[in-house]
Amino acid sequence: MEIKVLGTGCSKCKATYETVNKVVKENNINATVTKVEDIMEIMKYNVMNMPAIVIDGKVVISGKTPGEKEIKNLLGI
Amino acid sequence: MIQKFADWLVYNIMNLSPETPIGISVNFFFYDTIKILILLFLISSLMGIINAYFPIEKLRNFLINHKLYGLQYLLASLFGAITPFCSCSSVPLFIGFVKGGIPLGVTFSFLITSPLVNEVAVAMFLGSFGWKITLIYVLSGIILGTVGGFVLGKMGLSRYLSEWVKQIQVDSEQQTAEWEENKIGFFKRLPTIIKESLKIVKGVLIYIIIGIAIGAAMHGYVPEQFFAEYLSADKWWCVPLAVILAVPMYANAAGIVPVIEVFVAKGVPIGTAIAFMMAVVGLSLPEMTMLKKVMTWKLIGIFFGTITICIILSGYLFNLIL
Repeated sequence: MEIKVLGTGCSKCKATYETVNKVVKENNINATVTKVEDIMEIMKYNVMNMPAIVIDGKVVISGKTPGEKEIKNLLGI
Repeated sequence: MIQKFADWLVYNIMNLSPETPIGISVNFFFYDTIKILILLFLISSLMGIINAYFPIEKLRNFLINHKLYGLQYLLASLFGAITPFCSCSSVPLFIGFVKGGIPLGVTFSFLITSPLVNEVAVAMFLGSFGWKITLIYVLSGIILGTVGGFVLGKMGLSRYLSEWVKQIQVDSEQQTAEWEENKIGFFKRLPTIIKESLKIVKGVLIYIIIGIAIGAAMHGYVPEQFFAEYLSADKWWCVPLAVILAVPMYANAAGIVPVIEVFVAKGVPIGTAIAFMMAVVGLSLPEMTMLKKVMTWKLIGIFFGTITICIILSGYLFNLIL
């Protein structure tokens, strides 16, 4: 699985990235988590509200700081 | 109630007299801190709820698809006021708007009001100046965005956008990200929103306490005539000076209001204070550097120059009528 956290670097985006990483590690999920900070890269996903999460090329969350439970839901666990 | 608590704490428990400067200062400190923290928490939660459910894509499509005869500036500005976005969303929003074919001026309206009317500024104003001044602040923020966006729109500034944004503008298309959002009920989302608000409160707590401490000290010790003499309304250079001084203070928006509150209590005109506050949150250096990704320096200069002039003018206006 490929997870991308989009955000230009505010505290909310960083928090989201950390939560995703934590959930992935704790549940031994086979996934690469990357943080995308380049605005041109971000705009390819057509999202306007940060932070956003992209799983396997699909935007699943935008403009919200999800909790651990929500991320688990998104990952299907 | 908070005042009673502060009175009880300071005059009965700490045994300070309400007649002494130290008693006045400490009382002011506790009263203001408690009041502002409660307000900040409530308003951040409210804004968090709006943000979690606000359909920004729908708003954009509405602006694209309707002819609004000038109203679109006001609408964009209004939406900028009620939607709290974190600062890092401003550039993606800007591009998202431009990409959808929304005129540059309307996008600017949104971009001006969005940081001006934010949860921290509103909570601090409400706590320090009461609802009337807060309402004036919010309304003038919205008007400023409307007028600023309109003026900037008339200048034909598209050629000063950075190259890749121009390209986006050319290929503008009405596609929006579509994703199956998993619907989460309000009450399930609420804990996350409250946690978020607590984080906001925690993030600015230190600035608020420092600001209120400075304000409290001045409240007790600085004589009334001091500011009235140097910063009164009949000195024409006060408003521009306040605006210039405000630019480097971005990070401390929360800490500055309590100090201003004392300035006003000591005779500084409210228009000067509002102009100062708007410049603190509206003219920020971090935002300027962020916008560099989508605009040339020239456009950034024109953008901030126009806002500055609008803020100074509204400062004079409020000094005249309030």
